[in-house]
Amino acid sequence: MEDSFNRKALVTIIGWGVALALFFPIFWMVLTSFKTETAAVATPPQFLFTPTLDSYAEVQARSDYLSFALNSVIISVGGTVLALLLAIPAAYAMAFHPTHRTRGILLWMLSTKMLPPVGVLVPIYLLFRTAGLLDTQTGLVAIYALMNLPIVVWMLFTFYKEVPHEILEAGRMDGARTWSEVWFLLMPLTLPGIASTGLLSLILCWNEAFWSLNLTSSSAAPLTAFIASFSSPEGLFFAKLSAASTIAVAPILVFGWLSQRQLVRGLTFGAVK
Amino acid sequence: MATLTLRSLRKSFGAVEVIKGIDLDVADREFVVFVGPSGCGKSTLLRMIAGLEQISGGDLLIDDKRVNDVGPADRELAMVFQSYALYPHMTVRQNMGFALRLARVPRAERDRKVAEAARILQLERYLDRTPKELSGGQRQRVAIGRAIVRNPKVFLFDEPLSNLDAALRGQMRIELARLHEELQATMIYVTHDQVEAMTMADKIVVLQGGSVEQIGTPLQLYHHPANLFVAGFIGSPRMNLIEGRIASAEAGGVVVELPTGGRIAVPVSPGSARPGDTVTLGIRPEALRPAAEGPLAGAVQLVERLGGLTLLYVDLGGALPVIVQIDGSDGTRSHTPIRLAVDAAACHVFDSAGLTMPHLTRHPLAA
Amino acid sequence: MLVAPSVTVLFLWMIVPLVMTLWFSFQRYNLLDPTVTGFAGLDNYEFLATDPDFWVSLTNTLILLGSVLIITVGFGTLLAVLFDQPFPGRDVARVLAISPFFVMPTVSALLWKNLMMHPIYGIFGSIARAVGLEPIDWFAQYPMLSVICIVSWEWLPFALLILLTAVQSLDHEQREAARMDGAGVIAQFFFITLPHLRRAISVVIMIETIFLLTVFAEIFVTTSGGPGNATTNLAFLIYARALLQFDVGGASAGGVVAIVLANIVAFFLVRSIARRLEV
Repeated sequence: MEDSFNRKALVTIIGWGVALALFFPIFWMVLTSFKTETAAVATPPQFLFTPTLDSYAEVQARSDYLSFALNSVIISVGGTVLALLLAIPAAYAMAFHPTHRTRGILLWMLSTKMLPPVGVLVPIYLLFRTAGLLDTQTGLVAIYALMNLPIVVWMLFTFYKEVPHEILEAGRMDGARTWSEVWFLLMPLTLPGIASTGLLSLILCWNEAFWSLNLTSSSAAPLTAFIASFSSPEGLFFAKLSAASTIAVAPILVFGWLSQRQLVRGLTFGAVK
Repeated sequence: MATLTLRSLRKSFGAVEVIKGIDLDVADREFVVFVGPSGCGKSTLLRMIAGLEQISGGDLLIDDKRVNDVGPADRELAMVFQSYALYPHMTVRQNMGFALRLARVPRAERDRKVAEAARILQLERYLDRTPKELSGGQRQRVAIGRAIVRNPKVFLFDEPLSNLDAALRGQMRIELARLHEELQATMIYVTHDQVEAMTMADKIVVLQGGSVEQIGTPLQLYHHPANLFVAGFIGSPRMNLIEGRIASAEAGGVVVELPTGGRIAVPVSPGSARPGDTVTLGIRPEALRPAAEGPLAGAVQLVERLGGLTLLYVDLGGALPVIVQIDGSDGTRSHTPIRLAVDAAACHVFDSAGLTMPHLTRHPLAA
Repeated sequence: MLVAPSVTVLFLWMIVPLVMTLWFSFQRYNLLDPTVTGFAGLDNYEFLATDPDFWVSLTNTLILLGSVLIITVGFGTLLAVLFDQPFPGRDVARVLAISPFFVMPTVSALLWKNLMMHPIYGIFGSIARAVGLEPIDWFAQYPMLSVICIVSWEWLPFALLILLTAVQSLDHEQREAARMDGAGVIAQFFFITLPHLRRAISVVIMIETIFLLTVFAEIFVTTSGGPGNATTNLAFLIYARALLQFDVGGASAGGVVAIVLANIVAFFLVRSIARRLEV
């Protein structure tokens, strides 16, 4: 009895210790963002101080947070929606009407995801320049949709695969044709899956920092670019840096917390049987 | 209500033929059971009738109309699946009414039919629950209810009781039989359990390896199995099968000599069999009984007391013990010598190809 | 055919830049000097192969990939087992532990570089001083280790999430049976839990590999590939060639190498995944 009590105490301590250690950098960032610049670099580090919003005000004065944030939202949502639109029919067809090529197509899609973006950066850059897509939201939406398409197809495929065949067959016996099957049965059954796929895609888009840094400069630049602009040596003001980082991360972090249960379901990629 | 006709129906997956030409007539209001070991093609055959599997060859007729190329939605059949396949996001009411909703049946009529089916199946109290709030037996009844409300031409059942525990299975068996009577419907039922086949069927189709072994009423199959396979498959406990040789073969019967001694004269027509041919003698457990003067001598290995009945496993010197079914009040104990008498008229003789030599007289209930 | 749109789009997305990259890699093409053009043959590749930076970057890419995979899968598995145990406040602790996954790479890089690992103002430095040690200038002294640290912090939560879900799906009766057979905690982990996690681990490895081969923002923000070429991976090398030196031909040759590398890795990964993938 005492043994199991000790064990539980140990698990609690380690569990919370690990969680706090992993979370600490984020916590420290948020804390620093409410300090004055001098307090931010004080040694030893201060845990107690008078909070101030100065840094946030200065960050906002220096660059327009809202326009960056808006770009992030538009590009992430746009890219996700486009990817889902392309992926849903494909995943549906592959899951329910598989041919001998299905497996090959799926694996090939995954392998395209392993092509490093750097490998094709130059041609894409030149193509974008020619097409006038550099520094546009449309350009990034297209890139993000394509970037996430393989993973989105794969996730949806695993969700569709989990739908018991007999349920769809029962639907067919009940008189359902393709469209009523999709609308009355498949959609309600896989909505959680589609939602968590969308969530993951959204997070990946929001945090993407390769294409956004290389293909945008100002008008379409999302928050990743906003934050990169604070990394230059003259930006070595810890409080302001923390404030900028905090507001860049906060939306997706809160979003992630709220949707984590939903997200976890999707993240398994069919790995959990 | 409807009739169903299968004309040399075939199904291949690639180069493998799984249904090898099946002919069958199902009469209106008949309860037909497909039975056979797993992998015999019984479920595939049912799914072909349902329209869930393409038909590779032959004809399928419902009410004398060829429906090979009609989709499952338009065959007007209903199916109860092994896993029940209830729609998890719908309530019981919605599950049962789904087919009617798709068929654009007016709401009032839909509700009336669902209520009627719920009454028959005693599901009224559960109409607003979702499937995961139901027990296995209740889910089973919802699946059946979903079929009933459609008033289909034929009900198809794919091993519907195999996920239930033994007590519930027995209860559902009775309920299904009652339902068949109440609905006056044509039903096709797939199972691997010969008890379900025996108890419910008007007609049993025994399948093996994609072919029909025998079609007949339960008692025809029991008393006059066409071959060794059917003899071994139908009946529980199994028929005892003993290798032997023909001592004499005449029009009035065949005398089989057993390797362990003893001769049994069975009233079957020998056909082309000659004395000296190897045959298999089949004796149902209830056709054997302990008798001091019996022709078979052996020792009791094991006694299984089921209460009303007792099963004796008797070693006659062959590879397998023979099973003897006797009254539960019999006091025979294990590890004692025993002599057995045989009801020769109830024995079967199978030739070396496994085919039954026809009995000279038919059993009165299996004529 | 419903698959057609995504296959077509994806195919174009893959093949067009690929062909262009291949084309450029055989060309003399420098954006700074438009007069020098024409077929370069294998010059770009030769230049690349004789460039010590290239081989270093290749090694760096693989070191980064390998180390992060080992750290995240190893600790991820242990943490998954840990968070599978009930303890007070477990749900909150789990949410905290997975938070780094939501932080964009640029931010985590900045955060670690300035607030954590900065020799003067960073937390690590303060801790070192507090116990009387000389603070370490992480990015100068252990640049690769620092980058590995940051990337592992980002990806550990991902591994934890997937592996935790997998651990939770483990049949309790199996574990109880193992206990009846006399398996202790350690034996249970190695003989029951770990085999059960195999499929999930291979998924983690695959997804992480996809992203780790192309790590860019973390290096761009923290070390810019330095000091020297200590943290230059293939992604950063190509970036530097193309957009800092404007040598499109050389960058494209690097791109081709990156693609070949990815395909080699992908070949082995996809083969092992394919066996577990039910299609």
